Amino acid sequence: MSATLEAGSWQYRALNALNPGLDHLSDGLIDLVEAGHPVVAGSADLKYSNGLVKFADVHPDRFLQFGISEQHMVSAAAGLATTGAMPFVATFASFLGLLCCEQIRMDVAYTKLPVRLIGHHTGIALGFYGTSHHATEDISTMRAIAGLTVVSPADGPQLRAAIRASAEWEQPIYFRISRGRDPRVYGDDVTFEFGRGIEHGYGADLTFIACGTLVHPALEAAEALRREGLSVGVVDMPTIKPLDEELVRLVAARSRIVVTAEEHNVLGGLGAAVAEVMAEHPSRARLVRHGIADEFSLIGPPTHLYRHYRLDTAGLVGVAKLALQ
Amino acid sequence: MVNPAATQPSTTSATSPPGSDDGTDRLGDRAAFIRTETIRLIEIAKVGHYSSVFSAAEIFAALYYDVMRIDPARPDWQDRDRFLMGKGHAAVGLYPVLGDLGYFPMGLLDGYAHLGSSFGDHPDMTKIPGIDFSSGSIGHALSNGVGMALGGRLAGRDFTVFVMLGDGEMQEGQVWEAALSAAHHRLDRVVAIVDRNGFQLDGGVDDVIGIEPLAEKWRAFGWHVVAVDGHDVGAVRQVLREAKQGPRTGIPTCIIANTVKGKGVSYMETEPGWHLGYLEPADGERAVAEILAARNGVGA
Repeated sequence: MSATLEAGSWQYRALNALNPGLDHLSDGLIDLVEAGHPVVAGSADLKYSNGLVKFADVHPDRFLQFGISEQHMVSAAAGLATTGAMPFVATFASFLGLLCCEQIRMDVAYTKLPVRLIGHHTGIALGFYGTSHHATEDISTMRAIAGLTVVSPADGPQLRAAIRASAEWEQPIYFRISRGRDPRVYGDDVTFEFGRGIEHGYGADLTFIACGTLVHPALEAAEALRREGLSVGVVDMPTIKPLDEELVRLVAARSRIVVTAEEHNVLGGLGAAVAEVMAEHPSRARLVRHGIADEFSLIGPPTHLYRHYRLDTAGLVGVAKLALQ
Repeated sequence: MVNPAATQPSTTSATSPPGSDDGTDRLGDRAAFIRTETIRLIEIAKVGHYSSVFSAAEIFAALYYDVMRIDPARPDWQDRDRFLMGKGHAAVGLYPVLGDLGYFPMGLLDGYAHLGSSFGDHPDMTKIPGIDFSSGSIGHALSNGVGMALGGRLAGRDFTVFVMLGDGEMQEGQVWEAALSAAHHRLDRVVAIVDRNGFQLDGGVDDVIGIEPLAEKWRAFGWHVVAVDGHDVGAVRQVLREAKQGPRTGIPTCIIANTVKGKGVSYMETEPGWHLGYLEPADGERAVAEILAARNGVGA
């Protein structure tokens, strides 16, 4: 099958209809190539799942198929980076952040090579595929690796902006992205700055600090709580490492309650990173870490799971009200 | 300084008579230098992998003093040949080579393994000029080398990537992921060199987890396989040159170097427990004397 046919294949059309956010991954890489960067994209038998089929169609010579050899893919990406290439390699976050953890530590981070790792279908987005395919530990493993930047964009446009911005970021990066179905938070003109959180409103009563798929429901939850007369803000914290500690301290100084929200185990994730800052810089604010409470998730349709684990708008409103009591 | 021999066409026969003036004497001397320097450096650290270096000494010598296209003044030169070590624990034998070639002042090695030294049991590419990739966790290097070859192809560069693997390393699954990948992507400038010295930490490789038939395994994975006596430095040079300069077939080469763990020091050759150890100074002196005596016999 020629590459030209693939963009018109049923797999691609079906995917694009369901997961428009994934287009932004390929689009960001295509932007980089057009800007003259030596991008190489690699996938481990998941080019339809992560949408890299679009990039492969536009730049077949810059797409590498690694097959179901995730650890090999990461190590090879490091080798590629030594030759001046700018490698982006993608697979399910459950495999990248855990199966490939040691290859990332030794071959990517220890060597300080500008490899870009794309862990997709994070958290419990793979629903009934179960624990093998759920990624609720990857922030924890990745942020414990020295020198590795960890980024969890809120939506497709922010992902595309972050990928473009990565051309100027020398350190290796772990991008944590979902399945491309996140409602839009930002417009196409959004920009990205590594290490900076983005404030959405001032919260005297409560501020959500959220990343990734939890940013959109946090914004909706804040709006609902504001309608009830509460002062509630949201911080989108796409860079989990290096964390915007200044913004965490600012929020902790002005809000009674800080609620972190993430599609991840509360141990070791965004909530833990915020807790570390708040513990070392005491304020009057109380911290509530919300996420997966150190358990393996149930299976089910993702929307049902988000409702069950209170990771949707109504769930976040409930968590906030409990904390405000 | 571009290694002049590296650009010459191959004319050497695989069997080189002792004392001939084809350069093998010098390579043999460099192999002895690798062994004696290894003893000197491990004396500083008080523990190290002597015997893992001794099985590979002729391979190091042939690569760095003859076969590889390198320029010690430009360790990051993109057109250079690359050398990676899956068996990173033999790095103590490579450091003296790099110092000898001028990648860094030889005196730096006097601080081997000291607090904050760049030079430890495993090689660190971010700290040591001439180290093409860091290693230490066995099983990654062939993948790193495949990535380099893919990058070289994309950039239109014609360099060769030599990857030395331990025979115990054949037990790592990632090696075979990389082997599949190199053959699939037709990376004929990837050369794997298996140092088949027969021993690993817990004993004989074939007693721990057997790897034979090894040549058939690599052939089944789509590689061209050559066996060589890993201590016949002329023959080693010959197979390395052929792998580097041979016609582009799309098929990667695996050289199985049949070696002796601890080669050059008689009591190590017969005692597999020497994978990791320490020689008291008096024993170290006797080992050096044996290595040098063997060299003095060449051509006499």
